[in-house]
Amino acid sequence: MSQSRSRFETSLDELGVSITVSTETSLPADIDDVITTPAVGVALGEALGLDANPLTETAVAVDPTPAALRQATTGVTAATLAVADYGSLVLTMDDRASELVSLFVDEHVILLRERDLMSGLEATVDAVERRVTESSESAIIATGPSATADMGELILGAHGPKEVHLIVIEEGA
Amino acid sequence: MASADELRELLRTEGAAIAANTQGFNDGRNQSVAKLDDYEALKREARATKEDAIEHLPELLSELTATVEENGGTVYVADDSEDANDYICDVVDDRAAERAVKSKSMTSEEIEVNDALEADGVDVVETDLGEWVLQVADEAPSHIVVPAIHKSREGIADLFNTTFDPDEPLETAEELTMFAREKLGEKIVDAEVGITGANFLTADTGTLALVTSEGNARKTIAATDTHVAVAGVEKIVPSVSDLAPFIELIGRSATGQDITSYVSLLTPPVATPVVDFTNDETPLSEFENDRDFHLVLIDNGRLEMREDDHLRETLYCIRCSACSNSCANFQSVGGHGFGGETYSGGIATGWEAGIEGLDTAAEFNDLCTGCSRCVNACPVGIDIPWINTVVRDRINREKAQPADWLVDGLLPDEEDEGAPLQKRFFGNFETVAKLASKTAPLSNWVAGTPLSRWAMQSLLNVDSRRDLPSFKRETFVDWFANRESTVTDPDRRAVVYPDLYTNHVQVNRGKATVNVLEALGVDVVVPPVASSGRAPLSQGMVATATDHAERVAATLDSHLEAGRDVVVIEPSDHAMFQREYEKLLNETAFASLAEHSYEVMEYIYGLLDNGADTAAIPVGDGRELAYHSHCQQRTLSLEAHTVAVLEELGYDVVTSDVECCGMAGSFGYKSDYYEVSMDVGERLQTQLQEIDVQDRQVVASGTSCLEQIDTLLERQPRHPVELLTE
Repeated sequence: MSQSRSRFETSLDELGVSITVSTETSLPADIDDVITTPAVGVALGEALGLDANPLTETAVAVDPTPAALRQATTGVTAATLAVADYGSLVLTMDDRASELVSLFVDEHVILLRERDLMSGLEATVDAVERRVTESSESAIIATGPSATADMGELILGAHGPKEVHLIVIEEGA
Repeated sequence: MASADELRELLRTEGAAIAANTQGFNDGRNQSVAKLDDYEALKREARATKEDAIEHLPELLSELTATVEENGGTVYVADDSEDANDYICDVVDDRAAERAVKSKSMTSEEIEVNDALEADGVDVVETDLGEWVLQVADEAPSHIVVPAIHKSREGIADLFNTTFDPDEPLETAEELTMFAREKLGEKIVDAEVGITGANFLTADTGTLALVTSEGNARKTIAATDTHVAVAGVEKIVPSVSDLAPFIELIGRSATGQDITSYVSLLTPPVATPVVDFTNDETPLSEFENDRDFHLVLIDNGRLEMREDDHLRETLYCIRCSACSNSCANFQSVGGHGFGGETYSGGIATGWEAGIEGLDTAAEFNDLCTGCSRCVNACPVGIDIPWINTVVRDRINREKAQPADWLVDGLLPDEEDEGAPLQKRFFGNFETVAKLASKTAPLSNWVAGTPLSRWAMQSLLNVDSRRDLPSFKRETFVDWFANRESTVTDPDRRAVVYPDLYTNHVQVNRGKATVNVLEALGVDVVVPPVASSGRAPLSQGMVATATDHAERVAATLDSHLEAGRDVVVIEPSDHAMFQREYEKLLNETAFASLAEHSYEVMEYIYGLLDNGADTAAIPVGDGRELAYHSHCQQRTLSLEAHTVAVLEELGYDVVTSDVECCGMAGSFGYKSDYYEVSMDVGERLQTQLQEIDVQDRQVVASGTSCLEQIDTLLERQPRHPVELLTE
């Protein structure tokens, strides 16, 4: 395992984010293992550079209605990048409504290609800058579940997801 | 000004929650920044970006405006609060919105947009949980990052149970959070307008950075069709890549989190579809993205601050609250005492002076004692004590009191235009001390009489519960003049600077210094030198302090020319030479003195390090000590030298880690602040009374600290150098 990868896993562990290591072929089964139904998701093929959307073979309802989103427990989306030093995952705000599916659920399941793991924050911000400059993209650097300390102690799940689960898709396996 | 009664009430009602929370964040900051490879380099980078951005603000403002409008948004630059609120109310009115949901934004607090919208009949809902608690309680924030820091879990539970009368009474933090999540979640999906602040704005891409943890800002934007972002004009930086150091520093500096849960980098219009949350037929991706974006940039005095050589640095502030959390007085009274209309903590003096005016800054500015513990904590290196000093000087001059002519002839200061009587008394302490030494012990006896204490209390507000310093008839300078040097073949030559307290009050530590230095082969002189100007500076009497600085520099210059080092016993005076004189003297005079002056234990450390013979210095032999360093000494990273010397000599040393003893020069003597001073002191007292510390000899470097510890403990504290001559 690379140094970045092991630092990444340590960071995620400290944040309480659990990890499943997967491959392109085992992805649908691994997703089904992780989600709690009802689960919703967005079309992920293109975002992950896969030929087909891996969610079509799972129990996840792709591109749900707003009402179905509000009923869902789990939302499945992809991260475009990740930061090993912080355990951060870079989420996008796209017209497939990834932001809504990431945010209006109790459990967020995030898919990441192993090759998109960056080491530090500076390089990640530079990569985000390139996308912003090219296509006026918006991004969220998300680190762990949503949290608040406003009610007297640290509580996970303030407004956003209470739990975050990461599925890392390893290459060529 | 918050009265003594109001401060006492705050200590009683809010003090415990504030102390626990701020100290937790402060410890968290220390731990979190220690994990960085190069914290100082990140701070320098952040500082440089801000300096550059404020210098080029007009150009960045034009660039940002053009970029946002090119992207399809609207930019409005508001001169003041009213202008901003009129614009925002029009936007909300045009949308025919019934509800606006808000994420946390200090700038929106500054302009009081909620009041303006509510007057228009709009339902405004704060969605940050802390802000919502305050909205329900109808209270003001007490902290710029964690607004309800003064409220305990029990207090919030009572508030919710009384206000909402839930089926099951709420009790735990988990229950309270889930209740708020549910309640606010419903309100968010029904709202038309989302109002956010912005931590940073990038000129070249029109990107808005929001640093949050709860996810409410994300929801506020995603669930509404009209996004209004409110930000001060100072938030603009050139580009997205400039944000990296700020992202690494802001969470650590604020609450000790390495990074917050969500750093949103939004380039509106965001692509997220605008959906009807009740729709159960249309898939999410088929909704249009027809979201309006309005960026409201607030001037409200900022562009004038940019022209002000002393307030300009305030605009570098990223509102992280490190200056609040690291401030001993803030840890006791919080932002309801140490704060103005909107902002709180040390940097608030700059913000409130620039935005509201001197009257507002005057209400709390004296709670900054200039201890400087915020200086290293600030991620953009703002000299917050200096801003407080300058504003205090301006307040003094604006509020000259009619009785001032009484002392104009008596006190030889440079403050012809102002400074209240109490400040001039403490600011001219050198005159007081000289007179008191000349007439000691009579002066000590007179000063201690009930009549005299009554007069001091009523005229000067010097608290009668404090012991007064006891002045020595033979000053340190006089003592030295009447003795012969014991060094014949010196390794080094030094001036021991006879600071005000060593010269007139704590003469023994001066004598000890001379003896120790001579024992280590240093040729010493103790010439008469003016006091450093620390006393007038701390009262905001900058002209008087400058006069002192110039006299000190002139006297010491000939000694520096002759190759002597300058050894300083009082840390607050050493800090003058190292830090504040940069503002008071020309560059050459400052640099020469700063380069060649040393805190006494730092100097001894250097002598030992260079192989000085310690045969004549008594060994510690395992004796147990508890050492309390001085706030300004720690800011200069000079605590370690004292500890190293004592350990090398065989002492067993433990150290305190409170930010300040609470005395802070004249602060603890002032009646208005006596209780605050003692409350801060109690934290040190607690550490010095811990089970494995309670029997240790206490040593402390600062005069104020020694006096405060003397009040707090049965044990008599000593200056560490005194141990080296016994």
